Amino acid sequence: MTWLAWRQFRTQAGVLYGGIAILAVALAVTGPRLASMKRADGASFLYDLSGAYTGLYLFGTLAVLAVPAIAGMFWGAPLVARELDAGTHRLAWTLTSRTRWLAAKLGLVGLAAMAAAVLLSLAMTWWAGPIDAAIASRDGQPGPGIFVLPRLAPEVFGGRGVVPLGYAAFAFVLGVTIGIAVRRTLPAMALLLAVFAVTQVVMATVVRPNLIAPVQATVPITAADLTFIGISGNVNVTIPQAGAWLASQHTVNAAGEPATPPSWVMQCPGSSPGHSNQACFARLARLGYRQEVSYQPAGRFWYLQADETAIYLGLALGLGGVCAWRVRRLS
Amino acid sequence: MTFIMRASGLGKKYRRRWALTDCDLDVPAGRVVGLVGPNGAGKTTLLSLAAGLLTPTAGTIEVCGGHPGGGRGQLARVGFVAQDTPTYRRLSVADHLTMGRRLSPRWDDDLAWRRVRRLGLPPRARAGQLSGGQRAQLALTLAIAKRPELLILDEPVASLDPLARRDFLEDLREATTGQGLSVVHSSHLVSDIERVCDYLIVLVDSRVRVAGDVGQLLASHVRSGDVRPASLEDLVLGYLEEGR
Repeated sequence: MTWLAWRQFRTQAGVLYGGIAILAVALAVTGPRLASMKRADGASFLYDLSGAYTGLYLFGTLAVLAVPAIAGMFWGAPLVARELDAGTHRLAWTLTSRTRWLAAKLGLVGLAAMAAAVLLSLAMTWWAGPIDAAIASRDGQPGPGIFVLPRLAPEVFGGRGVVPLGYAAFAFVLGVTIGIAVRRTLPAMALLLAVFAVTQVVMATVVRPNLIAPVQATVPITAADLTFIGISGNVNVTIPQAGAWLASQHTVNAAGEPATPPSWVMQCPGSSPGHSNQACFARLARLGYRQEVSYQPAGRFWYLQADETAIYLGLALGLGGVCAWRVRRLS
Repeated sequence: MTFIMRASGLGKKYRRRWALTDCDLDVPAGRVVGLVGPNGAGKTTLLSLAAGLLTPTAGTIEVCGGHPGGGRGQLARVGFVAQDTPTYRRLSVADHLTMGRRLSPRWDDDLAWRRVRRLGLPPRARAGQLSGGQRAQLALTLAIAKRPELLILDEPVASLDPLARRDFLEDLREATTGQGLSVVHSSHLVSDIERVCDYLIVLVDSRVRVAGDVGQLLASHVRSGDVRPASLEDLVLGYLEEGR
């Protein structure tokens, strides 16, 4: 049965693995130069990076984020749905048992999806290592250009380390499950993409910040740390923690209750950067306004990666059980 | 007498509709069975139950002495060609034979290749490039080369033109005579059945109207006097009329 599963899958596998191989070569060729620039110039090498490096940084990260979605859409959703669509399951199920048939397909294609995601992710983690380290060393201040996000930030977290393996396993089996339920290929692909996107957002905004209890801190609102003032006067700050991920924050008043700063705070930053009104910030501090933040320190990166990978692998296993149960009852 | 297929009180319900009810059958081994009935009478449901693709809602069915779809041995004993003769569009003819060889424990590779050559199926052509008749022949080859005890064919010629239909049925007769192979073959056209079958099952409105040896059925109707069927066609039409 593995032969049939491979024979049906090899073209699709070739397309994705070919793309990954091309990207891996580009990373291997440019990676050593990136590392030597960092050694020579320290964190300020970010200012000297050419468009090619910026492009690779952006594209590589997006590619790692995309592999699980691609595996779910193009490998997972059609895996059973296309057979049900074409009626070929009636051929296969009279030649071999459904359980073997599903196990071979899930096993082979699922492993290929996980391997593709984790190989590309580890290549990208290695390549972007100097950049991620330089961003993290800026004590919470954003770097130049697009180099603003530490690797714990939700936009980058899923594009580094081992967690893409969990995403790929989950997206793939979710695609198979939806395909079995919907029984038609195209609707299954669309539905998979929507459900997977929602899962990823919920994971990043609700689950991940609380996988390990976040560190709580109260910090002053200063000209140097201010990152945002809203139209109603609510403010955001950064914290002098290298590479930390600020999951949430709010302003409190002198009594320690959540509050919005007075509206004159809008004038505090001044007309141009570097000309901020220090007296204005001093007045804010005198009135007792401070920022309460909760964050995940940079050192927890690999713990969060491992926890989230385990969660997604668990979900994938559960869905695999659902698939096996459903396939046995299909007609 | 050994039976290739036995059903008792067999029924299958889809959501609210019974596609097959109160089906009792004892089909002797070694026969070529024609299963006829109008569209929607439950022919595909009965054959899918026999192949283990469906599970009964009521009653029991036994095929080749075993439980349909139960394990490798049972799958090997039954060859099945589904309606519209599904094949893998992107796999070549040779790939299909490799698939059969790797999945069927009693696979006869010589037989499969001899058939493919004789029928002129290009081994490298993808199934999607074959004509409807060639695809049906490929599906039949897979089912026959499994060396089954029972071959189940669900309207294999329904979508073929008259010439391809005749070729397929003649080939089927050649392939199955003298093999000790039992065949159950469904169609809504009696002329298809007439060429090859010696045992008849008529299915009307989800129920078995009649089942028995073709010769005996014809003879019994001659004796009854008022109806004098000249052919199997008249006999079947008579049963279908009664069912209305």
